Amino acid sequence: MSLIRLENITRCYQMGEETIHALRGVSLEIERGEYVAIMGPSGSGKSTLMNLIGCLDTPSSGGYELNGARVSEMDDNELAAIRNREIGFVFQTFNLLARLNALRNVELPLVYAGVPSGERRRLAREALAQVGLADRLRHRPNQLSGGQRQRVAIARALVNRPAILLADEPTGNLDSKTGEEIMALFVELWRNGNTIIIVTHEEDVARRARRVIRLRDGGIAGDDRHKPASGERAVITPVAQT
Amino acid sequence: MKFLHHFREAIGASLDAIRANKMRAGLSTLGIVIGIVTVTLMGAAINGLNQAFIRSISSMGADVLYVSRYDWFPANQAEWGQWRHRSKINSAEAEAFSQRAVSVQAVAPVGEDDATVKYQGRSGNGVDVIGTTDGYRAINGAIVAQGRFLTVFDAAGTQPVCVIGSAVATNLFRTGDPIGQDIKIDDQFYQVIGVLEPEGAMLGWSLDNRVIIPIRQFLQQYGDDEDIDLDVKTGNLANLPEARETVRAIMRQVRHLRPGQPDDFTINQQDQFIGWFHRQTRTIALIGLFITSLALFVGGIGIMNIMFVSVIERTREIGVCKAIGARSGTVLLQFLIEAICICLFGGVIGLSLAWLATLAVSKWLFPASISAVVAGASLLVAVATGVASGLLPAWRAARMEPVEALRSE
Repeated sequence: MSLIRLENITRCYQMGEETIHALRGVSLEIERGEYVAIMGPSGSGKSTLMNLIGCLDTPSSGGYELNGARVSEMDDNELAAIRNREIGFVFQTFNLLARLNALRNVELPLVYAGVPSGERRRLAREALAQVGLADRLRHRPNQLSGGQRQRVAIARALVNRPAILLADEPTGNLDSKTGEEIMALFVELWRNGNTIIIVTHEEDVARRARRVIRLRDGGIAGDDRHKPASGERAVITPVAQT
Repeated sequence: MKFLHHFREAIGASLDAIRANKMRAGLSTLGIVIGIVTVTLMGAAINGLNQAFIRSISSMGADVLYVSRYDWFPANQAEWGQWRHRSKINSAEAEAFSQRAVSVQAVAPVGEDDATVKYQGRSGNGVDVIGTTDGYRAINGAIVAQGRFLTVFDAAGTQPVCVIGSAVATNLFRTGDPIGQDIKIDDQFYQVIGVLEPEGAMLGWSLDNRVIIPIRQFLQQYGDDEDIDLDVKTGNLANLPEARETVRAIMRQVRHLRPGQPDDFTINQQDQFIGWFHRQTRTIALIGLFITSLALFVGGIGIMNIMFVSVIERTREIGVCKAIGARSGTVLLQFLIEAICICLFGGVIGLSLAWLATLAVSKWLFPASISAVVAGASLLVAVATGVASGLLPAWRAARMEPVEALRSE
């Protein structure tokens, strides 16, 4: 059974008089343990798709099954619970709570999950150690560099052991060297068995993934799986453009 | 259990948010502080008034009946007019009543007038002259500080003697012993035989600025047609209505009323005073409540305003929290508790200020105190204000769509 299964998903928005079709019938399956990049120019529907996969939004029509659960028929509270349990979000702008230190930020999803505080602290420490920030527990976001902030955000995404790590332009606000480090971290996390979906418009970022899904005008324009060559020299097969 | 967990976490999160913006929280709660100070002081003042009243009324004795021509608290002008046509209770009736009322502990006829008292060069006017008998002391709980009270013989005799209140004593006798001295009450001399202990004031009217003389001398000097009241100590607090009935029956005989004829006198008692007083304080409390709730209302609007600003400012944060699994209810609870905490914070400050104020007031003005009930009630009011002013902003925060919220700058 696939981890993610989208069946003929559409999503339209009403903008005044106009109806915008952000997604026009997308069908897609993603297996456990995949490393997927979703690419496409702005307006292609990749953000909408990410929001749907991340259970932040529900489709106008079509079915979505995540880890065996029918997400497309869930109410707000069930969606919140499933986001908490199954999805780990990593945002372009990190989105850490400025007034909380790294540890408290990472604890937050566990708070919503109802994990008691002792256990919470332990798991948060573990997650921060996993991203290499064991020595920055008490630092606030403004006392950390961009790369470190993104690591805290990744630790927060990992702490609930979600089914998917869902990253939206995770290197968009980082310099290239730091971006490289973050991408290396994703690869490492993927090797440890995490399912990773990255939404990006950077070929460099997509090149690390094992599968690249290209969107155009609300539909899938290409879906390529490739065995990466060793490390940096991963070759991407040219994608058929329609 | 689960709710408790979320509740505790929401409190923690709210306190974090408040701590991150201390200045703003402090300023916005100022309105609540003022509101709570006024509410609490209001309560304390009424409390103090009540206590002062009960203390001063206690000199009257709960088992004492006051037979009089008038009711203390006429319901309206017409009643008052009616009573004016009642005949005065005269000394013969008072005498007759005293002889028949054998079942009661003590009876004292009481006549009252205003007088000017003089001693050598010193004088005081507006002094309350009371003409009565030896029974007066037991009934009204007067305590003699120096000398003695009127005796049966003084009351029956013709010696012009008087017992003076402590205020009169200090006014007329700066130095030296008043006992045995002759003072002039209006135009007659009386020998001072006793000085009373200070009793304080009842409803702002001093009980110490008085002189007590035998009823006979009183009627001689001020005229036989003076109104006389009969103070009756029943000694039967447990069955006051029965004692009241007995007194009424005797009085009807004394006044020669036929069956079916209405009473032409009234039996007053302490209860009436308390009832009247509570009606007054209730009015004061209602007006006070209106004014103070206005202050709280304004404070509440301030909190609501700041909470709306806070929600808008933290739109993105709300989006993030929802993305990582916060339910709408959790967000609602957090903002609601934040508003409550700000208000409660203001409430505690307000209560402390009010407490200091009552200390000052009771030291220099009149006795006032904050009871546990008033303190609890004002904190409860603070919480209620928090709920009322936080609900709408919290609702708006809870209803945000995560996608929209995350997109905001």
